[in-house]
Amino acid sequence: MTDNLKTTPLNALHRSLGAKMVEFAGYDMPVQFPLGVMKEHLHTREKAGLFDVSHMGQAVVVGPDHITAAKALESVVPGEVQKLGIGRQRLTVLLNDAGGILDDLMVARPVTDGRLNIVVNGACKEKDFAYLNEQLPGNVKLERFDTRGLLALQGPKAAEVLAKHAPDAASLRFMSFAEMQIGDITVVVTRGGYTGEDGFEISTWGEDTEKLAKLLLADDDVESIGLGARDSLRLEAGMCLYGHDLNEEISPVEGNIAFTIGKRRREEGGFPGADRILKELAEGPTRLRVGIQPAGRAPAREGAEILSADGEKIGIVTSGGFGPTAGRPVAMGYVATAFAKTGTPLQLMVRGKPIEARVADMPFAPHRYFRG
Amino acid sequence: MSVKYTKDHEWVRADGDAFVIGISAHAAEQLGDVVFVELPDKGKSFSQGDDMAVVESVKAASDVYAPISGEIVEVNQAIVDEPAKVNEDPANAAWFVKIRPSNASELDGLMDEAAYKEFAENS
Repeated sequence: MTDNLKTTPLNALHRSLGAKMVEFAGYDMPVQFPLGVMKEHLHTREKAGLFDVSHMGQAVVVGPDHITAAKALESVVPGEVQKLGIGRQRLTVLLNDAGGILDDLMVARPVTDGRLNIVVNGACKEKDFAYLNEQLPGNVKLERFDTRGLLALQGPKAAEVLAKHAPDAASLRFMSFAEMQIGDITVVVTRGGYTGEDGFEISTWGEDTEKLAKLLLADDDVESIGLGARDSLRLEAGMCLYGHDLNEEISPVEGNIAFTIGKRRREEGGFPGADRILKELAEGPTRLRVGIQPAGRAPAREGAEILSADGEKIGIVTSGGFGPTAGRPVAMGYVATAFAKTGTPLQLMVRGKPIEARVADMPFAPHRYFRG
Repeated sequence: MSVKYTKDHEWVRADGDAFVIGISAHAAEQLGDVVFVELPDKGKSFSQGDDMAVVESVKAASDVYAPISGEIVEVNQAIVDEPAKVNEDPANAAWFVKIRPSNASELDGLMDEAAYKEFAENS
């Protein structure tokens, strides 16, 4: 382990379980456990996987009341935050003045008035928090939760497993959250995740994280899952990985996540880059993120050029690999909008040779969320 | 001749008047679950160290290099059809190609089993 890498509260546990560790977002993180990426992926879709996502940036935006805090956050995101219900979470994006995405993040409204919990990407958190500190007005502050742990329990057995310890988890709706008690551990449980499966993200104090992880791992249905399978699961689910599928040049319209732009915000504007984003909503963007299905068995990976059937360069693959559940290679990337329609034939340049592909609907593995 | 190894984790051993080539068990384990293999066409020639095949796991793609110079005389279609065989039996059934060497003395520069074992443990 490199000395300057940060560690999560589960570092010792990962090592004791035989994880292969790598640097990710400045942290020493498990890329896979002895089960291996393929079996970890399949186990998550069949039963339940436990992921350490403590490297992600947890924080709270604190204002004098909800509307003040929500308006402050709405000055940097295009989401509807003012009307976000208590106990509800949603995905939004942090924008720069050109309408490019600085990060994607979760915003959640707890019971306590004037507070908005946020979770940002680990690799972006220093940049994001600095930007928020700079942008938020004087009466709204950002408080970081650097010492909190974050676990994700994902898969069709996740609800059954968690409900053994926290019965209220079973009835929680997708994208809702609540504080719960697991023995003497206080946790904040949110239903959702990054795999397309039913599941939860569980935030807790750093010192309780290992105890909680061990409790969940003691269940026969639960295995530890590394970053390798986390990536293949989210790719099959059609979800973006910031820094790959989204970046500071790409708008939420181009990124095909226009659902992050609230209805009222489309009418009112008033978020960074609104001119560009509203224009793209009205007229269509020049490029669009799409799912891509390579025809053969060769995976096309990030950076592969996308050509039209006529051989014209029209885009680039931003994520790609083998989908263990799909049982074949899957990818996503950006194409000129004229080529974004499902079924459009494409060619992908893999090791200097064109391979046949088509624009495909996402997800590549069906979402199985619990909507109550 | 016994089996010889390269620093890129290929193995090579005599098979009649040709040499059979594969990747080491250590390499297969490092790669993880193999999901795709691309082999060169029969009849194609390579120089020692040229990339001649591709093996991909869920995680990443890796090149397989020619351990010796020569012409491909046979390829193992079974691992193209069923890439997981590479993890199951990398030392035998999951061989990659057979090559007719143009300069068999190149073999002298490769590692024997004991030297490779030490190399792999330290790499």
